[in-house]
Amino acid sequence: MTVGDIRAHPRLEMRGIHKSFGATTALTDVSLRVLAGEVHALVGENGAGKSTLMKILAGVHRPDSGSMLLDGEPYDPADPHDGRARGVGMIYQELSIAPHLSVAENMMLGMEPRRGPFFARSRARAIALKTLAELGHPEVDVDQPAGRLAISQQQVVEIGRSVAMGCRVIVFDEPTSSLAQEDVTRLGDLIAKLAAQGIAILYISHFLEEVRRFSSSLTVMRDGRSVGGYPTATVSDERIVADMVGRDVHDLYPRSARKPGETLLEARIPGVGAMAVRRGEILGLCGLVGSGRTRTLRAIFGLDSIEAEVLMKGRPVVPAPRAAWFAGCGFVSENRKEEGLALDLSIADNVCLPALDRPPGRLGLVQPAELARRTRTWIAELNIRCQGPGQPLGSLSGGNQQKAAIARLIDADCDVWLMDEPTRGIDIAAKARIYQLMDQLVADPARPRAIVMVSSHLPELLGVCDRVMVVRRGRLGPPHIIGQVSAEQLMFEATGAA
Amino acid sequence: MKWDSAKILRAFGPFGAFALVWACFGVLESWLQGTPFVKAAIFSGEAVVNIIQNTAVVGVAAIGMTLIIVAAGIDLSVGSAISFCSVVAAKVIAAGGAPHFVIMAALGTGLACGLLNGLLIVFARLIPFITTLGTLLVLRGLSLGLADSQPINVQEAAWLRWWLLPPASGFALLPPGGWLMLSLAALTVLVLHYTVFGRHVFAVGSNESTARLCGVAVDRVKLEVYAIAGVLSGAAGLMLCSFQGQGDPTGAEGYELDVIAAVVIGGASLSGGVGSVFGSMIGALIMTVIRTGCTLNGVSLGATKVVTGTIIVAAVLADRIRQRSARS
Repeated sequence: MTVGDIRAHPRLEMRGIHKSFGATTALTDVSLRVLAGEVHALVGENGAGKSTLMKILAGVHRPDSGSMLLDGEPYDPADPHDGRARGVGMIYQELSIAPHLSVAENMMLGMEPRRGPFFARSRARAIALKTLAELGHPEVDVDQPAGRLAISQQQVVEIGRSVAMGCRVIVFDEPTSSLAQEDVTRLGDLIAKLAAQGIAILYISHFLEEVRRFSSSLTVMRDGRSVGGYPTATVSDERIVADMVGRDVHDLYPRSARKPGETLLEARIPGVGAMAVRRGEILGLCGLVGSGRTRTLRAIFGLDSIEAEVLMKGRPVVPAPRAAWFAGCGFVSENRKEEGLALDLSIADNVCLPALDRPPGRLGLVQPAELARRTRTWIAELNIRCQGPGQPLGSLSGGNQQKAAIARLIDADCDVWLMDEPTRGIDIAAKARIYQLMDQLVADPARPRAIVMVSSHLPELLGVCDRVMVVRRGRLGPPHIIGQVSAEQLMFEATGAA
Repeated sequence: MKWDSAKILRAFGPFGAFALVWACFGVLESWLQGTPFVKAAIFSGEAVVNIIQNTAVVGVAAIGMTLIIVAAGIDLSVGSAISFCSVVAAKVIAAGGAPHFVIMAALGTGLACGLLNGLLIVFARLIPFITTLGTLLVLRGLSLGLADSQPINVQEAAWLRWWLLPPASGFALLPPGGWLMLSLAALTVLVLHYTVFGRHVFAVGSNESTARLCGVAVDRVKLEVYAIAGVLSGAAGLMLCSFQGQGDPTGAEGYELDVIAAVVIGGASLSGGVGSVFGSMIGALIMTVIRTGCTLNGVSLGATKVVTGTIIVAAVLADRIRQRSARS
């Protein structure tokens, strides 16, 4: 591979890219330059045009005008396969691993070494072993079915596929959203290693911390334009966020006067611990991925049939989703696609589902017009960008989908809100709207609600919550009051370092 | 709800396909036999009655199958259940049972078949495909055993024959059974779109986890869907009795494929969450029109099957293309 030969020359250039779909303009005059051996971050809200730009780079879409150069040569991929063959590899958020094939077979997928008409297994193994060793992951067993690997290792296999193909540019699209913290660090090391070989890296992420740690330069996109390009070391977070949203964000976490009232929810889970939440407060659950935060929250709501003793407004409730909704308790799932939402159904069908048979005693009849009217109210209130309540949910952006998942709890008029990673993988403007809503809910003078939220993002918990409990190895720790505890203390408790 | 063009296309797409297939046979006939297009035998009143008679059994069963497929299930045992119900009805007639008693017996048997499938799928957590593959054989066996492998004649039960006889007055257009099928379909459309149960069926089929998260009693919805489909296969069994004049333990063999094909031609997705009762009715009619048209034009049995198969694949393909163009 000649990848490492030349340094600091522009490996990839995109110049004046325009793209529109029908009447909507997706990209206007976008330009981007990535040097060999550089990690270049691409940041922007959902819908800012990052994905469209990357699809043009990959060969999924063709630009209406503009040009692309790869190592100075015109680059004009006919389709994704052509793009890959010409040296542009993509690592998407959703991995494309064939779970039943071995690691080696997965890495050679589509470029299998042959001996005559046959698959050259030993050569495939050798290439896979060599590539994995280069990537610093010799521990991955090349003969194992890839489906048995952890997600982080599957990702390594997928990266290995691009490397083995000799890709000169590798695009990472939100690669860390399903990774635990320590795997994120290892991915960072791996990306640095790839860059050191002269590969140009494009890195898309919502997490500014990651952008800071991994990248050397960055481009901000907004409304289909590239609005700013900076060296990462010298640009401030405020500058980036202001470019992303087009305005200055001072109070990402609003905090109105909250007056905690009576206890709304008490839960005791054998082997885990107990918790209580009052009206007018937000309780945060923090801990490492896999520590049991999500399990605890799900147990309270009666998902996954884990034994739990739950009191709602002092009355015992059978822990089951149906009973919980009826008792005024709602749940936002961390997994929008798999569990949270029915993506083929309309926004109205999704939002109104829990409250469909309430009030009861209407012969079980549904009035679609009434559901649409209600949904329209929440669409306006949460500023969900869509064509109307009848639009299939799957066609909305992630942030707007999440708002719809949250609108469900408003529609069902819940008192107790259980929210598992409510802002995962969504853009900063949608996040800001959700934090604002959460604050309104608990500070509502007429009827303050109670919220329990799980988050992997400590600044978010510190910004939003009134109290935080740490979950470690499946057990709930004592509650801490925000303002009297530091992020470091919580992290120590979560990792058991204290 | 607004009427946008995509929605109209989606709702009437199957109907357009039906009109096209029907017209094609008219053209074929006027070309082969030299009759003027508008006077083609396939457009005659007799042919229409004939088409309805031949569609009734599959059509009624397809209503139930639509519910099941929308809820992301499948029922391969439907042909056997129809036959079993027809045999039970014929047995009751032979024993001198009154009409209302015959009807209750057939519908009750259908309900039992549906509940059997539903209970196995819901409580034993078996995959619908495998479960109903098993009950397909079991019910066929029961049906053969009950009837001693011989068709049971019910010609003398005039009230039953009446259902699928040509209407006494031309004013009624269709045999009573045709009207019954359309009423059941219309009722099911209303249930699917305007009741909590109906919306829950769509939610369960679209994403079962989401439905559970939102407090839908998923197991109960599934059980109810299979139970309703069972009752409808009981009704289809009565139609079979009425049409053939006998309770036939070997009847309705392979109908599961016709019924599923009708539902899929009608625009349903086998992965659940999408489907239309109206479309399924059109799907059932399309298949009958193909058969009737081929018979009228003296097309061989082999060629008829090739044409039917081709049209099933073409219908689904056309639907995919339409959806793709609607999405982008």
